[in-house]
Amino acid sequence: MSTPYAKLPAWADYGLIPLINLLVAFAVAGLVVLLVGENPFRAAVILIEGAFGSGQGIAYTLYYATNFIFTGLAVAVAFHCGLFNIGGEGQAYIAGLGVGVVALTFDSVLPWWLTFPLAILAAALMGALWALIPAYLQAKRGSHIVITTIMFNFIAASVMVYMLVNVLKPVGAMAPQTRQFLEGAQLPRLGWLLTELGLKVRPSVPLNVSFLLALLMALLVWVLIWRTKLGYEIRTFGFSPKAARYAGISASRITIVTMLISGALAGMMALNPILGDQHNVPLDFVSGAGFVGIAVALMGRSHPAGIVLAAILFGMLYQGGAELSFEMPDISRDMIVIIQGLVILFAGALENMFRPTIQSIFASLSPRSVGIAATKGERA
Amino acid sequence: MAEAAIELIGINKSFGAVRANRDIALEVPRGTIHGIIGENGAGKSTLMSILYGFYQADSGEIRVNGKPTAIKTPNDAIAVGIGMVHQHFMLVENFTVLENVILGAEGEPLLKKSIAKARSELQRLEREYGLEVDPDAIIEELPVGLQQRVEILKALYRGAEILILDEPTGVLTPAEADHLFRILQQLKDQGKTVVLITHKLREIMAITDNVSVMRQGTMVATRKTSETTVEELAELMVGRRVLLRVEKGDANPGDVKLLVKNLTVKDSRGVTMVDDVSFDVRAGEIVGIAGVAGNGQSELLEAISGIRKAVSGTVLLDNKAIDVTGNADPAELRDRGLAHVPEDRHHVGLVLSFEENENSILGYHDKPQYLKGPFLNLDAIQKDAQDKIAKYDIRPANPRLKTANFSGGNQQKIVLAREIEQDPGVLIVGQPTRGVDVGAIEFIHKRLIAMRDQGKAVLLVSVELDEIRSLSDRILVMFAGRIVGERGPEASEGEIGLLMAGVERKEAAE
Repeated sequence: MSTPYAKLPAWADYGLIPLINLLVAFAVAGLVVLLVGENPFRAAVILIEGAFGSGQGIAYTLYYATNFIFTGLAVAVAFHCGLFNIGGEGQAYIAGLGVGVVALTFDSVLPWWLTFPLAILAAALMGALWALIPAYLQAKRGSHIVITTIMFNFIAASVMVYMLVNVLKPVGAMAPQTRQFLEGAQLPRLGWLLTELGLKVRPSVPLNVSFLLALLMALLVWVLIWRTKLGYEIRTFGFSPKAARYAGISASRITIVTMLISGALAGMMALNPILGDQHNVPLDFVSGAGFVGIAVALMGRSHPAGIVLAAILFGMLYQGGAELSFEMPDISRDMIVIIQGLVILFAGALENMFRPTIQSIFASLSPRSVGIAATKGERA
Repeated sequence: MAEAAIELIGINKSFGAVRANRDIALEVPRGTIHGIIGENGAGKSTLMSILYGFYQADSGEIRVNGKPTAIKTPNDAIAVGIGMVHQHFMLVENFTVLENVILGAEGEPLLKKSIAKARSELQRLEREYGLEVDPDAIIEELPVGLQQRVEILKALYRGAEILILDEPTGVLTPAEADHLFRILQQLKDQGKTVVLITHKLREIMAITDNVSVMRQGTMVATRKTSETTVEELAELMVGRRVLLRVEKGDANPGDVKLLVKNLTVKDSRGVTMVDDVSFDVRAGEIVGIAGVAGNGQSELLEAISGIRKAVSGTVLLDNKAIDVTGNADPAELRDRGLAHVPEDRHHVGLVLSFEENENSILGYHDKPQYLKGPFLNLDAIQKDAQDKIAKYDIRPANPRLKTANFSGGNQQKIVLAREIEQDPGVLIVGQPTRGVDVGAIEFIHKRLIAMRDQGKAVLLVSVELDEIRSLSDRILVMFAGRIVGERGPEASEGEIGLLMAGVERKEAAE
């Protein structure tokens, strides 16, 4: 019959199942740590303490989370439209170009709060532009967007190497990056916020106002998807392209518009490391955040609130992982990648592995809690 | 009574809190044709899936030929001689008949021997049961009736003594259905046992020896077919008296609202599905298009409603052209008063994962009453949904409930309410009662008649001949993409059935 399994209450759906998935991921990761010959419990303590144990750690965790919120939102918006945007990496990278040009042009004449909006626009514009070509090819030519966005990541990487080495690098400099920005293109840091809360934070921590922009974007994405006509059309097309056609929603228009929004969100990720931390455009500043965004969106169930939480989780893995490899030399950087991979595997790809079991447990515990039964019996 | 081929004792099966089968008892005597009827969702398919090993019962016992048997997988079922013919055929389309028959029963790595064995076995089965099919024909080139025969052959080849058929006539012409019944009769004469699941009362009366009625997961009655009536069975199915015949006054046709001229439509493979079709629909009448599924009705509806591009031809709505060969926009057609209840409500007419209220604006979501600038006006949408729920008695009356959690009949009411309440001049309806329970069918038919009586033009496509005959003021019959005849509502079923099978056309060509 159409519903072999009854529905779960929301708290189990959005709380219990992700929690179980996470625990399993950490349990398996613990086995790997054990194999390397380290104590998994001590490793877990170091990881969590490294991420949340100090003001310093929290600041770094949130700094990384900022990147993942942007890229996670980008993937989620596309998901709602039934599109798999794997190009967040490239879109963010190219957006760095826009941010860099704005910063280099205005850092000596404008204060940061005027440079910032211009840089946001430039980042969104360049990210959207980089998503536009795959979107157009999908909408008009049927070229699969997964393939094209992946390939555009490579193109973006090559373009950026060329631009940084041959165009943007100051004459005589050794490093392939732009010159340092002046104060007009340096975002205020948010370490003082944590100090206000009574935590000890060095003034140099990279957490900056981009974090607030990321939270604002999460809110705007929620409004877009669930409160606007455009969001309604995106969801309709995402769930059922045939129903969208029937409703008079143009497939090519909605594909292109959604990808522009998705690319713009991915592009904004560039603001955080460039204007907030490095104050130049270096090579490889995206460093995988575009791909982590996919895991974040999966884990956050494409809901902005879930994405913020999942982004903080991955921020924790990044920050705590760095501490871990420092404290336990046997656990290299690659081990951290393995742990992250396990989290992605269990929370993303195997998301539904434990669902049937949990559902039948719920059904047997309290038939009423699963709710939908009444609809079956009362028919007109 | 003969010995029981199948005996079910106290079968229970729940999906979560939904009790699909409760305490079912059923006895099917060997060598008989046993009908099982019930509305959609009554638990027929669940029960048969338990018998065939797709699901396992929570409790209860299955006895085959008197022996208690555990059936855990379809392989167990096959081993004890139970075969199943599914509603949707499980055939590999680009394989031959022979290859399909041995699929899963190849026996050894090299095919040559098993194919030779299968060929002689098939010939024997064909002779014995009148199941003629060319063993070397490719499945996709066979008509549906023959594909179904292959499914039966598959089951017999695996040694089935007990054959379960799930809604076997849904895709057949009346003539093909008659042929199927002759085959079933022959199977019975050879001592096989047949279980026939259907919701068509007439078939039950025509072919079965005994009939069991299911309602809401329970077995409410078992009767000898010769000792019951259609009226009694209908009442048992629904639990109350049902009007099987729609009552309606004479039509009062007015101006032509929808005019279709020389319309030709091809499908995505380039096959001509609608071939030079012309007709009109006037205000205040229901024009029904009868035909076996797959003869171009779907493509015709899609072309008129702007979902599928036509190759050539013109369609006029209120004397103004619809750009059917170019960029006809369904949204624009809605603005011009053309409403469309699509055949496939699951994938086209509704987004099942949406809340009910979200579906109640699908296609009308850019109407100003549902919007506040770029934002959805949630209050207005909720209230609108609430009104429609009350007016159409949609249950449960909760506009925030996910659409997938409504029954088929209520889902269809959601679509109908949405389209009818926009007060369109022309209503196009495809399969309005497919998968809909008897009680809701009555309601939907009354609504369609009411539309007609308000002076709207209604174009109805249905594969249910009874529905076409009882609702339509004029009946067009479609066969192989063409309109092959027009009849009044008084035309006999046999006459229309022949047209649906394309008989008259062939004679005219000779």
